[in-house]
Amino acid sequence: MRPKIARLGGVLAVGVALTVGLAACGSGDSGTASGGDGSAAPSTLKIGFMGDLSGENSGIVIPPSNGAQLAVDEYNATNPKVKIEMIKYDSRADATTAVSLAQKAIKDDKVVAMVGPAFSGESKQAVPVLEEGKIPNISASATNADLSKNGWKFWHRVVPNDGVQGPAVADFIAGTAGAKKVAVVDDKSEYGKGLGDAVRAQLKSKGVTMIDDALDPAAADYSSTVTKVAAAKPDALFFGGYYAAAGKLLKQLRDKGVTAKFFSADGSLDKGLVEGAGAAQAEGALIACPCRIPTEGETDETVKKFATDYKAKFGADPLIYATEGYDAMTAFTKAIAGGATTTDAINEAIGKSDFQGISKQVKFDPTGEPSAKSIYIYQVKDGKIGLLGDSATAKLG
Amino acid sequence: MLDNLLGSFWSFTIDGLIVGAIYGLVALGYTMVYGVLRLINFAHSEVFMIGTMAAAFVVMTMGITQPLTGLALVGGLLLMLLVGGAASAGSAMLLERIAYRPLRKRGASRLAALISAIGASLFLQELFALVVIPWLFDRPQQGRNQMGVARIMDKDPLFTIGGAQVRVDQLIIFVAAIAMMILLDLLVNKTKIGRGIRATSQDPETAVLMGVDIDKIVRVTFLVGGLMAGLAGALFVLQFEVTKFSIGFLLGIKAFTAAVLGGIGNLRGALLGGLFLGLIENYGAAVFGSGWKDVIAFTVLILVLMFRPTGILGESLQQARA
Repeated sequence: MRPKIARLGGVLAVGVALTVGLAACGSGDSGTASGGDGSAAPSTLKIGFMGDLSGENSGIVIPPSNGAQLAVDEYNATNPKVKIEMIKYDSRADATTAVSLAQKAIKDDKVVAMVGPAFSGESKQAVPVLEEGKIPNISASATNADLSKNGWKFWHRVVPNDGVQGPAVADFIAGTAGAKKVAVVDDKSEYGKGLGDAVRAQLKSKGVTMIDDALDPAAADYSSTVTKVAAAKPDALFFGGYYAAAGKLLKQLRDKGVTAKFFSADGSLDKGLVEGAGAAQAEGALIACPCRIPTEGETDETVKKFATDYKAKFGADPLIYATEGYDAMTAFTKAIAGGATTTDAINEAIGKSDFQGISKQVKFDPTGEPSAKSIYIYQVKDGKIGLLGDSATAKLG
Repeated sequence: MLDNLLGSFWSFTIDGLIVGAIYGLVALGYTMVYGVLRLINFAHSEVFMIGTMAAAFVVMTMGITQPLTGLALVGGLLLMLLVGGAASAGSAMLLERIAYRPLRKRGASRLAALISAIGASLFLQELFALVVIPWLFDRPQQGRNQMGVARIMDKDPLFTIGGAQVRVDQLIIFVAAIAMMILLDLLVNKTKIGRGIRATSQDPETAVLMGVDIDKIVRVTFLVGGLMAGLAGALFVLQFEVTKFSIGFLLGIKAFTAAVLGGIGNLRGALLGGLFLGLIENYGAAVFGSGWKDVIAFTVLILVLMFRPTGILGESLQQARA
């Protein structure tokens, strides 16, 4: 009996010590950054970054997080009166986690602004919390078209939504690529099906013949979809979904001798697509994105400089949404540099933003949508994803 | 709808048989463990996953940039199968030692063993996502991402059946799977250890009285079941060239379904159930669209069980002649 009691005592002691320690930390923290009241000018403001930083789709969230960090570091390096500290919130793309993290950010960390949440699903749940806490937020990557229809006052995004992307891709497929018969496949997810349907509707209005199918992104065998497509011999195929499934599908299509042009959208814009499909099979695949990614043959000087700085700092190329993450954070740094320190003042200031960002002219309309709505087309060449151009003007080589 | 199926009937059939053969190999592990211990080994899907990881590791270590040919290819394939099988068999035995035997020795209820199985399954998935994959494949922070595996052989069409191509790799998978099943069937029916397995599944107490070493039989059962899952994993990597920490989940459910379809506890039933499920899935997908694949598979399962509650071939190791 005795050892058990001793152990229990030990556990209790550790527990008490931890509680006291944490409480001490908590009280120590709250003094430094109570930016909300604005009574005394704070020396440091905290801005959050929320998204899937370690989960399955972290490949499209880490770059914007790095981009945002770069913007903060560059701002702090100018030695401003009010410095900014960025706090990362890893939601693992889970809506419940995102909600509790949003509450933590408001209550415990007292952030004055948030870049994110990164994805549309978590945004639906977590943005109302931020809205209630009056925390201005800018997403660098949530593209669901309905998000702007909620009447949120503190929500913004720096990417055009799926309602813009879908029709633009469809126009490109039917127009520039000249496809008369197109297979449209989606992964049944909120994102994939939404985008697939947008593409289907636009193709239909253009009088294109269509083949329809859907697949399970968790499965490995897509042979039934592939056989169906192979039998129909379409000119092009559009896949609405994420890169993991896109890679598997593309490989199995090419292995079965299907040569139709392969199109996908932002969810597939990741080197994981090339890895999953194999470089030979991925060659020539076309991927649309509302995002602007610096590529090797970059000609725009500001984008080039961003890519160099980013690589120097993080030792990796700026991938998807890195420029958007930077622009979203820059909107905040500009607001704070302009003297806004309260959440209301910051929200008002970013509402009036109008500056040339890395990805686009950053300017929001009253619903929080970006005013610039370009969709870019990328293409896989020699195992690398390169920019082809704006979907309205790009030409297929 | 139907014209889609009829138009490419052979293509759907071939693809269905290939994936069905893999289902069947994995189903063997479920069915054997159930036959001997009356336990659904839910961690078996992770044993399969470990097989794919081992095979992927072999391909990575070989540093393949071009698809292999000739003797190098044969050697490479054998190495993949060997390492995949060994890794899975080893982990299945370890699993039995750690997660099931202590419970069995203490006479815990079968429900406790089931929970232990589910726990082991989750534990192994997370272990691979957080520790093993980042370390083994040198992919820090990316343990949860899907991994592409280099192409080990050219996937050239070999011949055509009714207008549908059969590729080399598909033929290898099908032949290898069927050969494994025949060997296993011989092992269970013709050898002394096989007699022990059959005796234990019929009546464990009497088997002990007759001098059967139950612990040894259980070990062998896990070894063989794990081996089959590992071979399935290696063949899976050969065919689909991807793997992931959670790759076993969906496939495991399908394989379990195949085992139940064929008659759980029945070895030949596992193969038959696997092939049947693979075909039904593909035919159903052809008619109703691939989005309905899983719905069709499970509807068929329910229908079969309504009319034949013991599965196609009847219940277990002891009843059927297998």
